Amino acid sequence: MSRGEVILTVKNLKVHFPVVGKGLFGATRQLKAVDDVSFDVCAGETLGIVGESGSGKSTVGRAVLQLIKPTAGRVVWLGKDIAGLSRDKMKPRRSEMQIVFQDPLASLNPRMTAGDIIAEPLSTFEPGLSSDQRKARVQEIMAKVGLLPQMINRYPHEFSGGQNQRIGIARAMILKPKLIVADEPVSSLDVSIRAQIINLLADLQKDTGVAFMFISHDLAVVRHVSHRVLVLYLGKIMELSEAKALLERPRHPYTQALLSAAPVPDPDIESGKKRIVLEGDLPSPIDPPSGCVFRTRCPIAQAKCASEVPALETRGAEEGHLVACHFPS
Amino acid sequence: MSSILSVKDLAVRFSTPDGEVSAVNQISFDVEEGDCVGVVGESGSGKSQTFMAIMGLLANNGKASGSATFRGEELIGMKRERLNKIRGSKMTMIFQDPMTSLTPHLKVGRQLTEVLVLHKGMSEKDARARAIQILDRVKIPDASRRIDQYPHEFSGGMRQRVMIAMALVCEPQLLIADEPSTALDVTVQAQILDLLQELRRDENMSIIMITHDLGVVAGLCNRVMVMYAGEFCETAKVSEIFHDPQHPYTRGLVNSIPRLDQSSETRLIAIPGHPPNLQRLPKGCTFQERCTFAFDRCIAERPKLTPFAEERAKSCHLKGFDSLGAVIR
Repeated sequence: MSRGEVILTVKNLKVHFPVVGKGLFGATRQLKAVDDVSFDVCAGETLGIVGESGSGKSTVGRAVLQLIKPTAGRVVWLGKDIAGLSRDKMKPRRSEMQIVFQDPLASLNPRMTAGDIIAEPLSTFEPGLSSDQRKARVQEIMAKVGLLPQMINRYPHEFSGGQNQRIGIARAMILKPKLIVADEPVSSLDVSIRAQIINLLADLQKDTGVAFMFISHDLAVVRHVSHRVLVLYLGKIMELSEAKALLERPRHPYTQALLSAAPVPDPDIESGKKRIVLEGDLPSPIDPPSGCVFRTRCPIAQAKCASEVPALETRGAEEGHLVACHFPS
Repeated sequence: MSSILSVKDLAVRFSTPDGEVSAVNQISFDVEEGDCVGVVGESGSGKSQTFMAIMGLLANNGKASGSATFRGEELIGMKRERLNKIRGSKMTMIFQDPMTSLTPHLKVGRQLTEVLVLHKGMSEKDARARAIQILDRVKIPDASRRIDQYPHEFSGGMRQRVMIAMALVCEPQLLIADEPSTALDVTVQAQILDLLQELRRDENMSIIMITHDLGVVAGLCNRVMVMYAGEFCETAKVSEIFHDPQHPYTRGLVNSIPRLDQSSETRLIAIPGHPPNLQRLPKGCTFQERCTFAFDRCIAERPKLTPFAEERAKSCHLKGFDSLGAVIR
């Protein structure tokens, strides 16, 4: 795919949270949720962000939107660094970048009707609209996300999970943003509903050219929706590449393990499959391993991995396929 | 092979402020010795409540009727003392969230030995030795030290291992696992599924795997029962469910999941609509509103689960689908 114009550049992004130590005089330590992450997003593309819980994938999304203030690094949005902007200065940017959350019901105000929820961004950013104009805009976007016009006065509890997620998507889309951070948008939905929402997001992207940062732990879903995929582990990028290359020829041992662990709905493949089972659990992000953060669970780790942090580089593969490993395959 | 669990016309009803809800509607099935049966369904399909009823764990407003026999002994309506002898020792259940199933203020060791002292009449000392042995068996590193730790000192995957250890201490003949890996990361899920596979092979234990994830079923089970709106819509051997599904809902499920081993250019075939409200089920087939093949008879008459080939049954008025996927009426 030929890539469009770059709309977002994230450079050396760090998000550290202070953790108060034990006891009265315990030292405050830093939890490195996101540690030195750089990537960009182009207009109209979907960047999939995969990782396990605690990998920092949601924090990256929120730091881009300035919902969490980055500790260091730059977030360049349409040519302007927005990292650390004040609330007031950030406000005009908010109509251009939106978010869709995992739990649709929890992210909608239960005392507002679907119509009011979807219209709320309009009253903030386009206060000049008459109530008729506003209603027309709401109905237009409702039709686009597959909600019926007569549902406009219903409350969130009257909708199913899938329908509530459609309301969340309508609310994010009504200001015609250029980027939507979708944080596990289908994970809490039933299997038969997931495909509906995935197809809806694809249609919206085709119609409006919106870019997505699609955060998910589900590799199959990410493969399906993404143009490029970024793999996070313990706050660092392990591998970043065009989706097809990353999933068919993964070079990082962590990506390989993730792929082999994901169950494929086909008994023939599953019975013949050799799983790379990683030992143990994710180390604590307060006290990450030295050198390569993955080395404690890596099946091919060597002495060099403990002493030297591997840089995210091409390392002999095609351009754009970056891997942070001393011994990539 | 002989039946270990035999269920006949089991129904589960809940009385709610809005009236009676039928969660499970007259289902019958058998689990053979050494079987691993996958029970697949969406939320509200009745897959968990079926087994909560069998274990005598229904909420206070729930009522089970029909019959469920474990090795010939009737479980429905069984006296509590007798039931307590069977569950926990011969037939055990593990749940999705291991943290809420473990007592937070008791050391892990105590929670394991309690069962042994109670059910097997072991001395505290023998029970402790056995508990360490079983923690070793589920691959908890450093078991003799970790037995004296509290649940919060374990990670999610380790807690699920403790749960499995608790289920295994009395060497049960049947393990009912209700979404045991859903709350876990993919790499940890792979560890747990490998462990269950191994236990099934080595201990000749029968397993019932309740899940919404068809991938999990593909890797572990030999038989699958698909539930929809409180009834089975299709039961078959695992390969048939994936390669030759004969109920429109099963077909829809199999087609609607994005797959790692398939190109992302294809659009997902979503099942339209959403699962029905159990309080307002239609008179005919419960899947009719979402079914592309529904005809007059589906609206008038509810199909019964009917065998149509060896070890295969479906509840659908259609004749079936041919090898190319075309419908045969």
